[in-house]
Amino acid sequence: MYQIISPIVDRKIVSDQIHLLTFKSKEIAKDAKPGQFVNVRVSNGLYPYLRRPFSICEVNYDTFSILFSVFGMGTKVLAEKKAGGSLDVIGPLGKGFSIDKDFESAIIVAGGLGSAPFPFLISRLKPDVNIKSFVGARTKELLISYKLENISFATDDGSYGKKMNVVELLSDEFQKGSFDSKVKLYGCGPTLMLKALSKFALENNFDCEISTEAAMACGFGICQGCPMESSNGEKYFLVCKDGPVFNVRDVKL
Amino acid sequence: MSKPDLKVKIGSLEFNNPIFVASGTFGYGLESSDFVDINKLGAIVTKSLSLKPRKGNPPPRIVETPSGMLNAIGLANIGVERFLKEKLPLLNQFDTKIIANVAASSVEEYVECVRLMTNEKIDAFEINVSCPNVHDGGLEFGTNCLKVGEITQKTVAVSTKPIIIKLTPNVTRIAEFAQVAKENGAAAVSAINTFIGMVIDITKRKPKLSHNTGGLSGPAIKPLAVAKVFQIYKEVDIPIIGIGGISNYSDVIEFLLAGATAVQIGTHNFVEPDCTEKIISDLVKYLINNNVKSVKELIGKLQLF
Ligand SMILES: Cc1cc2nc3c(=O)[nH]c(=O)nc-3n(C[C@H](O)[C@H](O)[C@H](O)COP(=O)(O)OP(=O)(O)OC[C@H]3O[C@@H](n4cnc5c(N)ncnc54)[C@H](O)[C@@H]3O)c2cc1C
Ligand SMILES: Cc1cc2nc3c(=O)[nH]c(=O)nc-3n(C[C@H](O)[C@H](O)[C@H](O)COP(=O)(O)O)c2cc1C
Ligand code: FES
Repeated sequence: MYQIISPIVDRKIVSDQIHLLTFKSKEIAKDAKPGQFVNVRVSNGLYPYLRRPFSICEVNYDTFSILFSVFGMGTKVLAEKKAGGSLDVIGPLGKGFSIDKDFESAIIVAGGLGSAPFPFLISRLKPDVNIKSFVGARTKELLISYKLENISFATDDGSYGKKMNVVELLSDEFQKGSFDSKVKLYGCGPTLMLKALSKFALENNFDCEISTEAAMACGFGICQGCPMESSNGEKYFLVCKDGPVFNVRDVKL
Repeated sequence: MSKPDLKVKIGSLEFNNPIFVASGTFGYGLESSDFVDINKLGAIVTKSLSLKPRKGNPPPRIVETPSGMLNAIGLANIGVERFLKEKLPLLNQFDTKIIANVAASSVEEYVECVRLMTNEKIDAFEINVSCPNVHDGGLEFGTNCLKVGEITQKTVAVSTKPIIIKLTPNVTRIAEFAQVAKENGAAAVSAINTFIGMVIDITKRKPKLSHNTGGLSGPAIKPLAVAKVFQIYKEVDIPIIGIGGISNYSDVIEFLLAGATAVQIGTHNFVEPDCTEKIISDLVKYLINNNVKSVKELIGKLQLF
């Protein structure tokens, strides 16, 4: 975990309103694991005040990237940053995806900006792992498939791919018997999508990890601001420290 | 000029410098060691400890506001027993004062927490009578002068260490509460805890926090906090630890001039986890540049119109 003034080395508009910012920091890039995130101080002033958390989207030797769209004040300021500038970044934070278990196929399920952590995950999966991506959004313009592989699309309004939500698409493929090998599911997206995905995974006995979100102040476990209830309801995990990636067996969304 | 003297005294305790970290914004004191040299801090105030572990409030617990945030953590903590076993031995390895902050939902619970910890390697207790985010106890105590008096007197009676009462700003005349704390034997008061605030989601027509209201902290509350410290300083002869919205050395000097003997940095630890170290070194520079030999020379030296 480092706090580093990281130079911005590249800025791209990936698709309609989706920005990719690339920072140089050998320390963060070297330690980062797929599913971890960084907490970015978007402004040195007092407004916006708190840092903003973003998944690490890609890592290349001594650089790492974040993928985002303009949502509110913080991301608006961030979208105006240019290569040549620098920002104060804390990372890598949280616990990432586990890729140690034996599985033959990785199934990625992403809703909207939920695609962000997966390019990094894909780059670290074993070469012989089959990758299949299911990507969903409300409408065509909001589909994000940056550096995903072997993609099936779904949109709520049917403007692209199948007219259904992404978990229904996944479930359809499963009914067809498409998953014949040892499979691991990875999900990231809005809470409603993660709920449906968790239900699907638990009912069908799949090993499934999801990357979750919560409002955060510190990002490293000191404010207690980001609770996620354990599946037995006995305690709260902290999304920033115990997550953001959880096994669906462990949490109640 | 030789190095200025940063030491300050509260009762019998001497601190290496007046920069402390506020309860609930530095974990149990260990989590930030990747960012700050803990040995450089004047004191660490722990997260509020209750007799039994507390799960805290359901999410959402925090929401950002202009230049600040609202929190309704609900005193989530591991409890006194686990603190003593798991955290204190590690904290004791550092060369800094440890102030254990105690929260409770009954007078008896406050007393029991202090009693259980008073023979440990803890330098002082800060009694949180001002948490706005719990249903039982919390602000009900802090806004009632008689209760604050009773809690002060009973915790002082069982403690071998100085007792500091952490006051709420959610009262009309905070100095009355400082007076009661003093009369009942408190060594100092901490001023202030958070202001009650609310943020509403206009689409859902619901509050943004599950607790409905929360405590407002951060730079947004600094002028309010400075005024509260000044009000106490004017009326009551008791050391004050100033808290509220501090993010740099000049904020610290404002609090000292208004009458604080020391300060605590809260929310800004989330934004700049290394800020306390920076504030201490900037404070030294200020003292040198202004030919001030001891930080004590600044306390209460406000010149009024
Ligand atoms: C672990 C983690 C990883 C994330 N990864 C990405 C990513 O890769 N790409 C991306 O675009 N977004 C990501 N987000 C969400 C992103 O942090 C928010 O979209 C962003 O903070 C919005 O900030 P804003 O100032 O534009 O919005 P505002 O509405 O102005 O923000 C107000 C406050 O709410 C918080 N907030 C708002 N929305 C969210 C949210 N969905 N999750 C958490 N906090 C929120 C902000 O941090 C801020 O404090 C991630 C969130 C978390 C917790
Ligand atoms: C997330 C958060 C948690 C807090 N938890 C506690 C606590 O457990 N006990 C306590 O006495 N004060 C608690 N506080 C209040 C702070 O210690 C401090 O009094 C207040 O935040 C004002 O200072 P600041 O503006 O510098 O943050 C908390 C504040 C925040 C922001
Ligand atoms: S964001 Fe502070 S504890 Fe998780």
